[in-house]
Amino acid sequence: MEKPTKLGLTGKGIVIVLVVAMVAYPLLGVIGTSFASQTDIIKSSGLVLWPSHPNLDAYRTVFTGGVVTRALLVSFGVTVFGTAASLLCTIGMAYGLSRRDVVGSRFILMTALFTMLFNAGVIPNFLLVKELGLYNTFAALVLPTMVSAFNLVVLRSFFMNLPEELYDAAKVDGAGDFRVLIQVVLPLSKAVLAVVGLFYAVSYWNAYFNALLYLGDADKWPLPMVLRTFVLQGQSLAEGGAGEAVAPQQAVQMAVLVVAVVPILLVYPFLQRYFTKGVLTGAIKG
Amino acid sequence: MAETAPTMPLEKRRKQAKAPAPPVVAAQRKLGLWQRIRRDKVMLLLTLPGLLYFVVFHYVPLIGYMVAFQDYQPYLGYMHSAWVGVSNFTAAFADPDFWSATGNTLKIAVVQLVLFFPVPIALALLLNSIVSDKLRRFVQSVVYLPHFIGWVIIVSIFQQILGGAGLLPHVLESLGLPRYDMMTDPAAFPWLLALQTMWKDAGWGTIIILAALLSIDRGLYEASAIDGAGKWRRLWHVTLPGLSPVIILLLILNLGNILTVGFEQILLQRDAVGAGAGEVLDTYVYFHGIKDNAWGVAAAVGLVKAVIGTALVIGANKFAHRLGHEGVYRGADR
Repeated sequence: MEKPTKLGLTGKGIVIVLVVAMVAYPLLGVIGTSFASQTDIIKSSGLVLWPSHPNLDAYRTVFTGGVVTRALLVSFGVTVFGTAASLLCTIGMAYGLSRRDVVGSRFILMTALFTMLFNAGVIPNFLLVKELGLYNTFAALVLPTMVSAFNLVVLRSFFMNLPEELYDAAKVDGAGDFRVLIQVVLPLSKAVLAVVGLFYAVSYWNAYFNALLYLGDADKWPLPMVLRTFVLQGQSLAEGGAGEAVAPQQAVQMAVLVVAVVPILLVYPFLQRYFTKGVLTGAIKG
Repeated sequence: MAETAPTMPLEKRRKQAKAPAPPVVAAQRKLGLWQRIRRDKVMLLLTLPGLLYFVVFHYVPLIGYMVAFQDYQPYLGYMHSAWVGVSNFTAAFADPDFWSATGNTLKIAVVQLVLFFPVPIALALLLNSIVSDKLRRFVQSVVYLPHFIGWVIIVSIFQQILGGAGLLPHVLESLGLPRYDMMTDPAAFPWLLALQTMWKDAGWGTIIILAALLSIDRGLYEASAIDGAGKWRRLWHVTLPGLSPVIILLLILNLGNILTVGFEQILLQRDAVGAGAGEVLDTYVYFHGIKDNAWGVAAAVGLVKAVIGTALVIGANKFAHRLGHEGVYRGADR
């Protein structure tokens, strides 16, 4: 094919740089601001890319406040337990439905898939959670959104695409269905499990709506709810603390944001390479 | 599938006792339901927790919709609340706020669709045209990232840039222009939402389109190049037709969700712009039901919305079948 023109190439280059900058600038700005001093913030009107005298005052305020630390613990707990529960259920169901000859698998699959078409809605869900006695419990942050039909489809079609011979060979060697899952299927599915696990973890980490609906006590709030009150609704974090470090309000807000994003930034590079592989095996073929 | 077992003992009892999985095809017709359940008990047991979840949290709540036909009082419960027929529905339809919420929902949905929908396609074409593997991977991992950031954080970041004390008003002021706070401007609200959605999900939306691009036959490009088609003609005559099944699929999914416009995203910003522009059907249900205890009316609106939404997906999917495309659920089960 013909060589690209110089004009086209530079045009493309500019667009790419712009796109990358539009994503990166706000994120870097948030990180920079969290280390900035008041003069920096005023000088650069809000977002500081490169603080002149970086300091940790904002983080000191955040972590001595108690509120953020507690919310962090809640978020970590919900994310860890939620992801584990979600993965277990999804793996079991996806595997159970991955063999065509299992009794009723088609019906069960349809029962799950059909939920992609409709959502029971806020009011009935709220009433259900109340009736089940889950209101104001951490279980209400996990159970109502535990299995995602999309993740189920992704996992199931991955399991179905594993070579048939592997299942047969394991069966001939005398392995039961459960052993096949543990010793053959799961070790081969690390990539897709990593991706599905990440999807679950991220959704638990970011969830605020379940908390808003089902948690009456503010001291049970996960991090996103705390963010909402302190950053969006602008309440002050310093709840009458010692106050030796007077960090600027904006820096404190950005520090809370950073605390909320950092875990994602930490796992992201490790899992990033699986995205295309993991998602596509499910989404396209599925 | 079935392993070869030429000398199976004829007695059925023995077969059950020992043979590791009888020849499936032949056996399936003979086994009764109970025997099949016993054979698959491990698989079914593994399926159970997930199935239980779907039934309890997706099907049982449907029963809760009977609140829509009741004057529901939480302390009385479903059983003892009075039945009121369809008066909750007529009350909702008589409420101007309901119609304003419907109008806002549709306005936001249309702006989202027109503004957001083409962006991932364009971005995918751009990514696809990057020749250097390393550069492409880098750009991809950057543009995918915002998908994993929650709405609370994204709205906070936008607040920092566009909001009253943020970057944009300061810049405008220093240029001698009037201050402008997009976050509190009701007229700009749909555009603001589309902008945020774009920032969050445009990159992620490219994944499926990039995959579709990969599946287009390279030979078609070479053939059309030999026939003298330039770059733009190849894009028009080869690439876009190759993408059309995926584009239609995404369009159907979007149409099905047209009444569900970014609930979490809007809920966070409704106060800033006021209910006049910021109230959509989902927030209407939330505020009337859970905040104001108008359970019946809220559930009625939720029910109408759910029925219309489901009908839209099914209808759009049927329509796609008509057009000879695969649609959604045939794709979902294969």
